[in-house]
Amino acid sequence: MALKNTYKVTVGVIGTGNFGTALANLLAEKCHRVLLYARSKQKALQLNQTRKNGYHNIADNVKIITDVSFLAEKCNLIFPIVPSINFREMMKNLSPYLKPYHVLIHGTKGFDFNKSNKSSNPLKESIIQIFTMSEVIRQESSVVRIGCIAGPNLSKEIASKMPAASVIASEFDEVINLGQKYLKSDRFLVFGSNDLMSTELCGILKNIIAVGAGTIEGMKLGENAKALFITRGMVEMVEITKAMGGQVEPFLGLAGIGDLIATCSSNLSRNYTVGVRLANGEKLSEIIHSMREVAEGIKTIDIIHEWSINNPIRIPITETLYKIIHEEITVEEAHTYMMKFPFTSEIKFLN
Amino acid sequence: MSQNRPRYKDILKRKKDWPIVNLSQNKKPFLDEVSRHVFTNLTQDNGRKTLHEELETTIYREKQRVINNPWRVDPKDDLTFWKRIQKKQLAIKESKDRLTIEKEILKEIIDRYCEEIVGNFNKSSYRFAKRITTFGFARLLNAARVKGFNSIFSRQLDLQDQIHVVGEPDQLRKLAKIGTIVLVPTHFSNLDSILIGWVIQFLGLPPFIYGAGLNLFNIKILAYFMNSLGAYKLDRRKKNPIYLETLKEYSKRALEWGCHSLFFPGGTRSRSGQIENSLKLGLLGTAIEAQRSLISDHGKQAKPIFIVPVVINYQFTLEAPSLINEHLKRTGRERYYRESDAFSNSKKITTFLMKFFTKKSDISVSIGRGLDVLGNYVDDQGQSLDQQGAVVDIKDYFLSNGKVNVDKQREHTYVQILSKKIISEYYKNNRVYSSHLVAFTAFKMLERKNSKLDLYSILRLSEDDLTLDYEAFKINFKKLRGIILVLNEQGKVDVNDKLKNTIDESIIYGLNNIGMYHAKRPLIKSKDQILILNASTLYYYHNRLEGYGLEKHI
Repeated sequence: MALKNTYKVTVGVIGTGNFGTALANLLAEKCHRVLLYARSKQKALQLNQTRKNGYHNIADNVKIITDVSFLAEKCNLIFPIVPSINFREMMKNLSPYLKPYHVLIHGTKGFDFNKSNKSSNPLKESIIQIFTMSEVIRQESSVVRIGCIAGPNLSKEIASKMPAASVIASEFDEVINLGQKYLKSDRFLVFGSNDLMSTELCGILKNIIAVGAGTIEGMKLGENAKALFITRGMVEMVEITKAMGGQVEPFLGLAGIGDLIATCSSNLSRNYTVGVRLANGEKLSEIIHSMREVAEGIKTIDIIHEWSINNPIRIPITETLYKIIHEEITVEEAHTYMMKFPFTSEIKFLN
Repeated sequence: MSQNRPRYKDILKRKKDWPIVNLSQNKKPFLDEVSRHVFTNLTQDNGRKTLHEELETTIYREKQRVINNPWRVDPKDDLTFWKRIQKKQLAIKESKDRLTIEKEILKEIIDRYCEEIVGNFNKSSYRFAKRITTFGFARLLNAARVKGFNSIFSRQLDLQDQIHVVGEPDQLRKLAKIGTIVLVPTHFSNLDSILIGWVIQFLGLPPFIYGAGLNLFNIKILAYFMNSLGAYKLDRRKKNPIYLETLKEYSKRALEWGCHSLFFPGGTRSRSGQIENSLKLGLLGTAIEAQRSLISDHGKQAKPIFIVPVVINYQFTLEAPSLINEHLKRTGRERYYRESDAFSNSKKITTFLMKFFTKKSDISVSIGRGLDVLGNYVDDQGQSLDQQGAVVDIKDYFLSNGKVNVDKQREHTYVQILSKKIISEYYKNNRVYSSHLVAFTAFKMLERKNSKLDLYSILRLSEDDLTLDYEAFKINFKKLRGIILVLNEQGKVDVNDKLKNTIDESIIYGLNNIGMYHAKRPLIKSKDQILILNASTLYYYHNRLEGYGLEKHI
């Protein structure tokens, strides 16, 4: 390809999951060298020997490493792509080597949280504090130039070199520009947005809806029902985001509706698959056990449920999914409940 | 008592070492430097209007201002100047060297603005003004409070009995020796600048420069103080880009010259009585730009710039009635009678100062922990610390690929980070007095009692509806006090010791102090009732505790 190895830079990717690997390969097309950090030495060894990771063939200029200080030293631009549950720990390890000039663009679509219970809290409130990954980066390191990458990016399609696009959101134009420079190619478009938090929320909350859409598919309720569900799901996502202080705009873009369409209709989506299997009568614990990677949506449902206790907004979809995954109701009962739910006006958030 | 409090020695013994003295002695080269840079910035910046359009609108607006809104402090030749400039500009059309002449005009305007903005710091009048604030006030205070006017030379009481400096004054003194300080106080009253001026000299710091609204220079007594304390002039009538750019460059260069500066980042006085929750980013941005320039010019030797948030805690604000009326007029629909500004002339100020020193009401000035220009805390050696307490090199914030670069958008985002941090420091250092809490409790109860009414209807309630049952009031006061003490333990707010007294004492202290200088007290106790005599002033004082989520608990 004409564009190959255009820039003499070394960029880093943290996490050898599907998206991390896909992203490393995309970067490898434009950058001289990509360092892909693997947490376990064993995994690194295996990747180095086979130069394969699942369905990905790892590009030649992607180097697998396990030394986090080396990563921080060589790369000013790093993409952390690890599950939300490990994110803070990863940042704690990385943080001592990070400087304020580092640029971090994360691709993690989940929340970090901190829960204090009633007895330990002098104000006698049960409080869950939730953080997006950019907030975790701010809390754990001196890095300020932070961005996120979001959009309909099913890893398998990217690995098969099919066309796709993403949004890079950051308060800093230079972060967006860097991301575009090193990722944009003939088959991968990169848009920019300055609304980091809302874009992160798009990616996170969409996973809830993906689980739900999967249950509709699993019950074979048809495309009308699924469209109905996705649309109402999007409204709920926006309501939550607004209650958290975010904006509507990103929801109309790739990170919002774009990602929603892709994840709510493809078997390549983990969260969607969880939904399908739940509708087919499998238990959540079995499903999770059998999956190679984390389905962020399940954790997000729990977190949003907890958050809503102190935030009086109506979130019928999330609440219903919460009951399903905690086996309080069956998928069928949930369906009946949702069809009877007294939704009032269709869209209120634009006023 | 005063004898137990520290006396601070001047950190710079010799006045000729003061940066502000250096600046005033080198006024000409300093202004040339400012003017040159403004000129370059404005002629390079092609993003907006053309120079031609910029000049046209500026000249037009300035002429309008001179004709429609002249002030006593304006230069005598204001009209002639702008007429001449306009004539020059109109003549361009026929000329071939259009751009050259336009640039000439631009330079002329910039130079004029520089001259208008520049402060007139003067060592000897500084000494005099300093004596007035300390000696004069202290004598006055003694005379009035201790033994009557005969005791004018008594040494018993001192200004520092009246004004408590709390927080981190020692760190501030250390930082002032290492780098350049930008004090960013909350702004409630016109008295703030004089008060801060006193605090600065009390702490033994060299004088600070600060931008004071030109309107204040209309009043002779204030003009005198401000000129001698290092004020430069900020004219809010002028909103054109040439003026604003000159103002910012002035502030930025002064910081680069090492002049400690004072910004009121909230812009004007808080109209509502609430703590600032959005800051003017322009001047704060100059601190960030100056820090970057210093690093780029001097590398490792660059002087650091420190931001020090200051919360001024009054139990009263002289201007409260007129401020809150302005606020309500802005936000609401009610027709308010225009009251004259309490600070409109020298006599009123003198009367106020007399009242202030004869009646006892504590003022505390909380000096916050020092921050770097990104809002990180700094240690006593001036090193920036990240949230984990690790040392960060401030230079690294301005690097891209190993080099310091100018990225306006980045720095704009940095200002937002800094301003968020300053606001959160304000909330932490805000000191709750009983008077704030009685106001908050009473007003929130009034709101609950009339939950169907909006704010403006509540403020219009008739006298009969403006009463609260004392026992109920006491219960709520106690509850809220408990929460404030918890927040205090968590480091989220500061409290005055008197708030920790018994509930009855605490309430009485609060009632005695709330709005004690106003003609009409907002709140009094009468038998078993609390009477609200002035709802809008009460609303003003109650706003001081907004933003902590206390209302959930009443």
